[in-house]
Amino acid sequence: MLELKNISFAVDAESAEKEILHNVSLTIPDNKLIVVTGPNGGGKSTLARIIAGIETPTSGRILLNGEDITDKSITDRAKMGIGFAFQQPVRFKGIQVLDLLRLAAGKRISASSACEYLSAVGLCARDYIGREVNSSLSGGELKRIEIATVLARSSVLSIFDEPEAGIDLWSFQNLIEVFDGIRKDIQNSSILIISHQERILEIADEIVVLREGSVAAHGSRDDVLPLLIGTDAAFGCRKIPAWRGAE
Amino acid sequence: MIQLDEIQKRLLVEVADLHKVPEGAYNIRSNSQSAGRQSTANIEIVPKTDVSGLDIHIKPGTRNESVHIPVVMTQTGLKELVYNDFYIGDDADVTIVAGCGIDNCGNQDSEHDGIHRFYVGKNAKIRYVEKHYGSGDGAGKRILNPGTEVYQDENSSVEMEMVQIKGVDDTVRSTTAELAAGARLVIRERLMTHDNQRAVSTYVVSLNGEGSSADIVSRAVARDDSFQRFEAKIIGNAACSGHSECDSIIMDNGKVLAVPALEANNVDAALVHEAAIGKIAGEQIIKLMTLGLTEAEAEEQIINGFLR
Repeated sequence: MLELKNISFAVDAESAEKEILHNVSLTIPDNKLIVVTGPNGGGKSTLARIIAGIETPTSGRILLNGEDITDKSITDRAKMGIGFAFQQPVRFKGIQVLDLLRLAAGKRISASSACEYLSAVGLCARDYIGREVNSSLSGGELKRIEIATVLARSSVLSIFDEPEAGIDLWSFQNLIEVFDGIRKDIQNSSILIISHQERILEIADEIVVLREGSVAAHGSRDDVLPLLIGTDAAFGCRKIPAWRGAE
Repeated sequence: MIQLDEIQKRLLVEVADLHKVPEGAYNIRSNSQSAGRQSTANIEIVPKTDVSGLDIHIKPGTRNESVHIPVVMTQTGLKELVYNDFYIGDDADVTIVAGCGIDNCGNQDSEHDGIHRFYVGKNAKIRYVEKHYGSGDGAGKRILNPGTEVYQDENSSVEMEMVQIKGVDDTVRSTTAELAAGARLVIRERLMTHDNQRAVSTYVVSLNGEGSSADIVSRAVARDDSFQRFEAKIIGNAACSGHSECDSIIMDNGKVLAVPALEANNVDAALVHEAAIGKIAGEQIIKLMTLGLTEAEAEEQIINGFLR
């Protein structure tokens, strides 16, 4: 279980302090898939990066299974079982997909075990295992490999920052199946997905709406989703949300 | 064969992956003497009489054979200049493994300057691997100055892998190549310098024949107070294609000067160069830290991958 207590985060912008998150308190219980949604610029990705330790909150505390991890490093949090899939995956010259999966697993897993993670994200493993994680891979391929690295970690809390970003519609259905699959193996762990996609909201146990740095709504999918459909916090394939155009 | 001591054996492993006497043709040079030599039915190794070095004749059509000519030096203050000439017959397909390891525990500089010339016959194909390595904690420098000249006949193919990862204090690498029609040259260079080391690597590749091509990729890491200069010039004298890429990571107070150059003397010469120098991207380190690595471990993995 992860608890966020009164998390605030501010940055210096043009000599004035800009608050990205304001007093966010949130509990992510075990065995649940939580989706955080809301307009762009609402602080969703910042929240995810704060949980992973990439950003440090201005104030507030973070507890993982009761232990205060606010001052722990990214590495320590990873070792404690927090996995993080980047919105924009990082490329590495020379490091191969198999290397990355082995680093993620924390041991020298066999090529066939690594292939299972790749198959789980819909990649034909044989074609990818020896590929370099560099710019020869498309955005969608990188994104799936990124998700596979989080699968390989067997985390107690897996965070996915906009997994749908950069993935084509054709692959998107496959992605939903991936998360459905992870969800089935959720025992004693939890999943946090940052997403705008209605299809991902539909598989959530709980939905958190983050707007202008504050929790605007938090409840079960059945309670929150109806409030969002057709609004600016969630959209399906055919809807064009007004706030996207206003970025 | 002369008995090699433990340091010499370790150097052989570093530069040529040799744990025992290699199969096929070989010459092992240790402290300026031949510690063992073997020719085969198709590959003849003959010592030169006028200067120090070897003539290596590979018969036309020789296939799937290898030549190992590693050099090890453990005697401080030793300086040598060696000429090795390779005559590769038409249609041959062979692997050549060179490389030099210097262990200098003394106070005098040790230096090996090896000039390798390759005369590659029509349709012949060679893979050349050269690794340089230095060790020993003496104040004397470990100096390696390899000169490589490649003359490629029509439709021949040369792949060169040149690696210098550790321990060489000073190096000036000079490589020139001349390619006839349809010939192909691929070079992969990996270089890491540390402490106060200095490395200069220069390439001049002339694409003289129609349809010839060259692809030179150098990946380099300069750490501590080391300095590297990379110069690659590709000259297109015919309808040809050439590409050079210098990709460097700098760390600490490392310095890198990249000077790519292209010269097109034919309207159908297609030449491209790329050069990039920068520190390790912060996002790369963060990504590996989210996989449980410390910052130092993350850096090591990134460098290892980059220099693979």
